Amino acid sequence: MTAPAATDGLPAEFRPQRSRADIIFRGVLMACAGSVLAIILGILFFLSLRSRLAWDHRGFGTLTGTLWSPSQRVYGLRGDLIGSVVIAVVALLLAAPIAIAVSLAINEYLPLRLRPPMVALVDLLAAVPSLIYGLWGLYFLNGHLFLLSKWLGHHGAAFPLFRLVSGAPTQQSEFDAGVVVAVMILPLMTSISREIMSQVPREDCEAALALGGTRWGMIVDVVLPFSRNGVISGALLAFGRALGETIAVAFVLGQTSVVTSHILNQGGGSMSAAIANYFAGSSKLEQSSLTLGALALFVGTLSVGVLARLTVARTARKAAR
Amino acid sequence: MTILAGPPDGPLSTGGTVLPGVAPGPEDHPRRVAFDRQRVIELSASGVSAAALVWTPFHLLGLNAPFGFFVCWFTAYATIYGIVVRQRYGPIEFKDALATFMITAGLLVALLPLILLTTYVIGKGFATFKAGLPGFPLLTKDFAHFSTTSKITDGGFKAALIGSMEQVGVATIPAVVIGVLAATYINEIGGRFAGAVRMTADAMTGLPSIIAGLFVYSFWVLPRAPHGFSGLAASMALFVVMLPVVVRTAEEVLRLVAGSLREAALALGAPEWRMVLQVVIPTARTGLVTAALLGVARAFGETAPVILTAFGSPRTQWNLAAGPQDDLPFRIYTLVRSPGAQNVQIAWGGALLLMVVILTLFTLARVLGTGRPGVRRGGALLARLRRPTKA
Repeated sequence: MTAPAATDGLPAEFRPQRSRADIIFRGVLMACAGSVLAIILGILFFLSLRSRLAWDHRGFGTLTGTLWSPSQRVYGLRGDLIGSVVIAVVALLLAAPIAIAVSLAINEYLPLRLRPPMVALVDLLAAVPSLIYGLWGLYFLNGHLFLLSKWLGHHGAAFPLFRLVSGAPTQQSEFDAGVVVAVMILPLMTSISREIMSQVPREDCEAALALGGTRWGMIVDVVLPFSRNGVISGALLAFGRALGETIAVAFVLGQTSVVTSHILNQGGGSMSAAIANYFAGSSKLEQSSLTLGALALFVGTLSVGVLARLTVARTARKAAR
Repeated sequence: MTILAGPPDGPLSTGGTVLPGVAPGPEDHPRRVAFDRQRVIELSASGVSAAALVWTPFHLLGLNAPFGFFVCWFTAYATIYGIVVRQRYGPIEFKDALATFMITAGLLVALLPLILLTTYVIGKGFATFKAGLPGFPLLTKDFAHFSTTSKITDGGFKAALIGSMEQVGVATIPAVVIGVLAATYINEIGGRFAGAVRMTADAMTGLPSIIAGLFVYSFWVLPRAPHGFSGLAASMALFVVMLPVVVRTAEEVLRLVAGSLREAALALGAPEWRMVLQVVIPTARTGLVTAALLGVARAFGETAPVILTAFGSPRTQWNLAAGPQDDLPFRIYTLVRSPGAQNVQIAWGGALLLMVVILTLFTLARVLGTGRPGVRRGGALLARLRRPTKA
């Protein structure tokens, strides 16, 4: 897109001579850009290095084992890894429809005067640290949400995941953690999908309205098809963020690190919260096992992020055509 | 371009004559009119009748279930409103009205927790602030002489604030320099490598921040154990968190710089490095400051990377490199996790402090970032290129 690129195809005698200063300059820029890649590779390398101990100890068993027992020197992370995914899925299921509704409301429904402040509010909420969400989840939401959990358990028991263990508390559950994370990722997903939806060609929308379509008809036939990939990629990015959320989950979840199908009951696991909770002051092998889990989490979130990026790239190509 | 379409439940207004039932909107409003009397009546009547319909059996059966009532009421409301609209205007308008109803409900559902959160945090934090008046123990004391029997006014975030500022400050300088230069590479030079860097930076913004902490712990803290924990290590972890944020934002900002400015600079005979450093980057200056501020705001609020690196210290520790240092989010985290009601109360004061810092940084970034990159200033910058460089 820049001028220098345009000269690359010219015959040698017309190509501008790069001075030594320019070559050095390019080298410096390239080194800076390369440092981003270097950090990713460095993370991969050092996490692998430090998880060798756990790998030699049990291999894949560390990731798939269900028992976490320091006294028996057995460390299994299945409960934490599955818990992370469950929390992220709960969060995404709650946040995605609302995020789409909010971005549609901001772009198509709200009075024009209210739109810029709403956008600013959403962006601001995306910048609120997860610690604050965690505090709120622990002290406010936990005191109210267990009523909802009980209600869901009583009336939604037909759905297997909503079954309650009778007598067990319904606080600090994976569902609660999911709700807090949903509140956290809502602004993130909203701001991404709003951004994409605002790029829908206005002429297309006006054409749909001029043909006599209703506003909903315009959304279904013009806005959503155009922005579909962007919304999916926003959801993926939000999912990745939810997967790695640490502090809010560490606050809200009553971590037991076991595999549970009772998402409304107290307990459950989360990989990132396990690192925050158990890492300091644990044995070498335990730390190494947690690092192996972190490596799995890292690979998981990174691939979700790359997937999201590829989805958006497809939209960009489609728009360019 | 005046497209005056009527509301979904009203007739089309044609040629400026506003037909009955259509509220007159602003003249150049390209959308449908959002409100009219008919719809307000339909909406409120449906709501009230749904409430009455649901309240009767709940009252007769003596049920006291707020969630159940709300769910039943909402379902009844949507159903009654749907039936009304369908009867009056037909199936197409019915879909539109129901969608509007659901989207509005979604917006309210989204706003509810956000309002609850803000008021709760501000309320709790303010109470702690007031308990410390007169004098601001929250800002002037640390936790060196704090025990489980201490009062709320005996501890404060002096050490934590000093630590946070030092750590974030030291992380910011390399993150901004390297981040902006990396963004410049992606935007000005391009190519396959730039694409890879961009995608990596993008994926890295979603990197769980605890992994940044674990990374620094693995390569810096652990080899130096037991003296590895320090504010410097926290700075490194925060650098890892900030870098992708700065790269992505700076790249978006640089993309807005007009290509003609670059061409003009090159046409005047400027070498590439002067084009970038003296025209492109100064033109995007305010936007780049925004990018930096957003990065700082992100780093300032991060707890997870600090847990495994700074380790925290109740005493005020000015030296970044000498052993464990405190950090604001980390101190709040620790207070909440340790027993004692007064700890939690102080933590709320810290949470409010943190909110204020983030809000200030964010507002600053917003105010600076609203203007487009100075296209007009570009001319002056180009004029400077004609003169021989002084340095």
